[in-house]
Amino acid sequence: MPCGSVSAIMVATAQSDATLAQEATEVRPARSGVTMPRWLLTVLQAAPLALVLLLFLLLPMLVIVVVSFFDYDSVQIIPSFQFTNYADVLGSAVTWRTYLNTLRYTVIVWVVTAVLGFTVAYVLAFEIKSRTTQMVLFLICTVPFLTSNIIRMISWIPFLGREGLLNSTLIQLGLIHRPLEFLLFSDFAVVLAYTHLYALFMVTPIFNTMMRIDRRLLEAALDGGAGWWRTVFEVILPLSKSGIAIGSIFVVTMVMGDFITVRLMSGGQSASVGLMIANQISLLQYPAACANAVVLLAIVLMMIAAILRIVDIRKEL
Amino acid sequence: MAATLRRVILLSVLGLFIAFLYGPTLTILVLSFQGPDGGLTFPMNGFSFHWFRRLFETQAVGDFGGSIRRSFALATMVMATTVVVSLAAGMAFRRRFKGSGALFTLSVASLIIPSILVSLGVGLLFNELGLDPDWYSSAFGAQLTWTLPFGLLIMFAVFNRFNRAWEEAARDQGATPWQSFWHVVLPIIAPSVIGIALFGFTLSYDEFARTLLTAGSDNTLPLEIFGMTTSVTTPVLYALGTLTTVFSFAVILFTLVIVRVLAAKRA
Repeated sequence: MPCGSVSAIMVATAQSDATLAQEATEVRPARSGVTMPRWLLTVLQAAPLALVLLLFLLLPMLVIVVVSFFDYDSVQIIPSFQFTNYADVLGSAVTWRTYLNTLRYTVIVWVVTAVLGFTVAYVLAFEIKSRTTQMVLFLICTVPFLTSNIIRMISWIPFLGREGLLNSTLIQLGLIHRPLEFLLFSDFAVVLAYTHLYALFMVTPIFNTMMRIDRRLLEAALDGGAGWWRTVFEVILPLSKSGIAIGSIFVVTMVMGDFITVRLMSGGQSASVGLMIANQISLLQYPAACANAVVLLAIVLMMIAAILRIVDIRKEL
Repeated sequence: MAATLRRVILLSVLGLFIAFLYGPTLTILVLSFQGPDGGLTFPMNGFSFHWFRRLFETQAVGDFGGSIRRSFALATMVMATTVVVSLAAGMAFRRRFKGSGALFTLSVASLIIPSILVSLGVGLLFNELGLDPDWYSSAFGAQLTWTLPFGLLIMFAVFNRFNRAWEEAARDQGATPWQSFWHVVLPIIAPSVIGIALFGFTLSYDEFARTLLTAGSDNTLPLEIFGMTTSVTTPVLYALGTLTTVFSFAVILFTLVIVRVLAAKRA
């Protein structure tokens, strides 16, 4: 979900009413001119988007599917139609382990960001009463999303490194005697970085959904004798489902397709499907990379289909 | 009592989350002023601008200045295109038209398909067509598949709340469709359009995966930074991080100021 849009829209709607009357009277009478048929106008308006997506999305995906059936040797790719690449992908134990490892990351990060995202969105939506404070805090949460991901990953080094802040603090407190080695360049670092990068993709859609919940429902629940926990779990949580689903789609697809976070934060010690594809590309094994890409895409689409089966998000769009 | 305690805990969660978001960035901001003998971690070994100076000296690898210029140009192109194309498409989607469902599905698919696949596909497509990939052609197109759907979704949110009565009023007074768009619709949605511009610019400026296989022989800034992470082990890396982050913040602040000024003018 577009994170900045909420605040932009709020500003827009706040001012629109005051503006309009004045704006409308400024419109001059129509000059005589050529008027365009409506359908032509619509075509012209939609065509640029359609063209970009056809050329840079649909066509490239078709190329990937076609090349995944090609043959290759160490210097070139050879047009052909064979299933060797798929046999290689599906028949290799290393590939299976890589896919399972990627799924493991996805599940862990999904759970962590969902719990964190729900909590933060809840606090923003229900614990902060002032509208202005709410918007300011939401903006504060949004801003890091607009800065460089790579820099945000690098910025964990002084925290997690052998001589990093965390280790030196723990040693000073006397909790440990030797620096913990597993902090940087480990699965822990990978999951931490994912959470850092993608938590916002959960917070924003859940916050959006929560802001639309009718507050009278909460009062009714509390008046009816439901405690705070029951109100949260039996009223707010079900009503936030579509937001959670949208956030989940973002987080799942981004973690499934990621390679740079795993590369940087695991120090080359862990694998992911994206990293495997990137490695195959750097070895110029394009058909193998394409077969992998098709399998990855199929899995991602199935996961999204599963999410959409459980939760209907149409009312959010 | 329990309610107060709960509130304190919940507010601390938010506070910790914000600290979690900003803490690491603040750390490298401080460490980028490390003295000339300082390392990648604390303690600070003096205070200096040494690593910023080093950043602008000729690098052993790559072309740092060139990559900034290219990223800036590319981000500007992506921003302008995203604003115009998603605004136009947003207007089109206000009516049902033939293929609107398919176009919408394609836009959503564009957000969902992993970036590395778009990168690979566009790279291969250019290869098959015998074209050289370049930041202003293939990388430009690959980035648009990410920024346009975002822009479109923002337009949807805007037009869902848009009161058509204002346009009808304009038409009743004899405005042409173009006049009613330019003098009525656009001023009302201006803050959201500026939001789309901000998104287009920053998403492009920081995009890595979609540019990786499509930028051709000249690196953009994120590609250059990624190259440095594997070869540079000095606070130069942090100096670079500080500079790009400060730049991003400046862009965001600039945008907020414009939105505020627009709002004040119309109030």
